[in-house]
Amino acid sequence: MAKVFEKPKALTDKPFHYCPGCTHGIVHCLVAEAIDELGIREKTVGVAPVGCAVFAYDYFNCDMHEAAHGRAPAVATGIKRVLPDNVVFTYQGDGDLASIGAAEIVHAANRGERLTTIFINNAIYGMTGGQMAPTSLVGQVTTTSPYGRSADTEGHPIRVSEMLATLEGVAYIERVSVHDIKNINRAKKAIKKAFEIQLEGKGFALVEVLSTCPTNWGMTPIEALRWLETNMIPYYPLGVKKEVE
Amino acid sequence: MAKVLMKGNEAIAEAAIQAGCRYFFGYPITPQNEIPAYMAKMLPKVGGCFLQAESEISAINMVYGAAGAGARVMTSSSSPGISLKQEGISYIVGAELPCLIVNIVRGGPGLGGIQPAQSDYFQAVKGGGHGDYHMVVLAPSSIQEMVDLVTDGFDIADKYRNPVMILGDGMLGQMMEPVEFREKKTILPEKPWATTGNKEGKPRNIINSLFIDPQGLEDHVLKLYKKYDEMKENEVRVECYNCEDAEIIIAAYGTMARIAKNVIQMAEEQGIKIGLIRPITLWPFPVDTFKKWADSHHVKAFLSLEMSMGQMVEDIRLSVDGAKPVHFYGRTGGMVPTPKAILEEIKKIREGI
Ligand SMILES: Cc1ncc(C[n+]2csc(CCOP(=O)(O)OP(=O)(O)O)c2C)c(N)n1
Ligand code: SF4
Repeated sequence: MAKVFEKPKALTDKPFHYCPGCTHGIVHCLVAEAIDELGIREKTVGVAPVGCAVFAYDYFNCDMHEAAHGRAPAVATGIKRVLPDNVVFTYQGDGDLASIGAAEIVHAANRGERLTTIFINNAIYGMTGGQMAPTSLVGQVTTTSPYGRSADTEGHPIRVSEMLATLEGVAYIERVSVHDIKNINRAKKAIKKAFEIQLEGKGFALVEVLSTCPTNWGMTPIEALRWLETNMIPYYPLGVKKEVE
Repeated sequence: MAKVLMKGNEAIAEAAIQAGCRYFFGYPITPQNEIPAYMAKMLPKVGGCFLQAESEISAINMVYGAAGAGARVMTSSSSPGISLKQEGISYIVGAELPCLIVNIVRGGPGLGGIQPAQSDYFQAVKGGGHGDYHMVVLAPSSIQEMVDLVTDGFDIADKYRNPVMILGDGMLGQMMEPVEFREKKTILPEKPWATTGNKEGKPRNIINSLFIDPQGLEDHVLKLYKKYDEMKENEVRVECYNCEDAEIIIAAYGTMARIAKNVIQMAEEQGIKIGLIRPITLWPFPVDTFKKWADSHHVKAFLSLEMSMGQMVEDIRLSVDGAKPVHFYGRTGGMVPTPKAILEEIKKIREGI
């Protein structure tokens, strides 16, 4: 019988703790598949964030380092400077990367650190119970924007990929989504590419993945996928934001 | 090896390189800027890496990453910058990683000033960051001692997998003295726990300080405290000077200990017998040494001399435990007590005895 799917070797056997329908799990799988296909599992070191993916060190079957909230790019910089021949990636949420860790990601990108960053944009703080993120949409109701995010008082959501794409040290940035099969396949390609860019020593690479948080959005998994498609994609256009040859 | 004349901060940097440190992450702040400048110049020549981080927060997290990857690594800063590093220090302790952190202390609180001070004592020895933890805190009082303690500091950090702090001050950092570097071959220990890649068939290495189960976290902290007990057993360093027949014993570290020695000389000329206990490790604190001299009949009182409003004095009182009175004299904000003023203080204490 032909095998159509196999659990990637770069994932452990530990069951995910993610909520039903959460897209963190899909992205974990894509990252692990990319690592397997490139044959780099044994030389990869992952850096886990603080956020729902805090236990990523239990799931990725490679050496892992758990960073403080937002500091993953600095921790990864330290690792990569010591081990330039290893592959180092960070996996970070939008509170982690775009709020408390804004300085760390900007400067790691600007230095052109040979790192791969997987950036999960789910427009909310998942782990702490649904607070407003810097990426929450205008009008989005969260526990800390109970009347809807106001651009006037909370500012507009940050488009991280476009912002980072202005930096010289960046070699590759793409925004993808995982709300349907076609987009999941595209996301997979982008993630693999972000690792290849590191292997080629070209500079900093980041893939922003539009994701869902059905639990804190207060939706069913299917409703959440639709909400992502109809509300997030218009504000966060998909596609390659920067790629150096 | 021949003696060379060096500035304190540069001596620290050179000693670190000679001790096998090849990675330095820092952010500029007075009065320690000579350390990163020296590292920026010298590390690339020995195949190392100097990186000026975007902040002290990033610098300490780069140290966290590099230490996890198995490197001998350090950072340096001064008081306001050390405050920013506290989050990272707490994580490094929690994850049981070795590194060296240098604080060339300046006056505070807030932006404070840039003159020498000892007002970060509490922060250094009582924790500083969040959680139950300690680190070995080394307080040199000469440039030679700075050099020796940097070398030993790295070894202590490796031995216990715990950060070590060198607590200096602006005076020691800027001052020049002849120093001799030990001719010692550094042997870096094996670090099988480091995140260098997971070869097939080996267990994965995970650097982590998260223990979501309270029993797991308590067990982890108890394990850390076992190490702290061993440090108390093995790592205490202290100098006793002129204590044998002293009627008053001064306690002072770093720059203040140098001044104390001048005072002892001046007092001697006036027929007053003063001794000095100089803690070299501020943590673990030389409790037993203080106890011992507190029990000597000729010692009538202790005087803690500090460039602060009185921080170490609390540990002396805990050590002496009421056996003898413990006095305090200090200046703060970058002001340095003069020998004359200290001698006046001693005379006042004698009148009260
Ligand atoms: C210094 C610090 N501040 C705050 C927190 C609490 N905290 C934990 S996770 C989190 C937000 C995570 O949100 P995000 O990065 O968007 O990831 P998600 O959970 O949505 O995947 C916060 C604020 C913390 N752990 N440390
Ligand atoms: S809280 Fe949201 S982001 Fe976190 S696991 Fe649940 S659905 Fe996913």
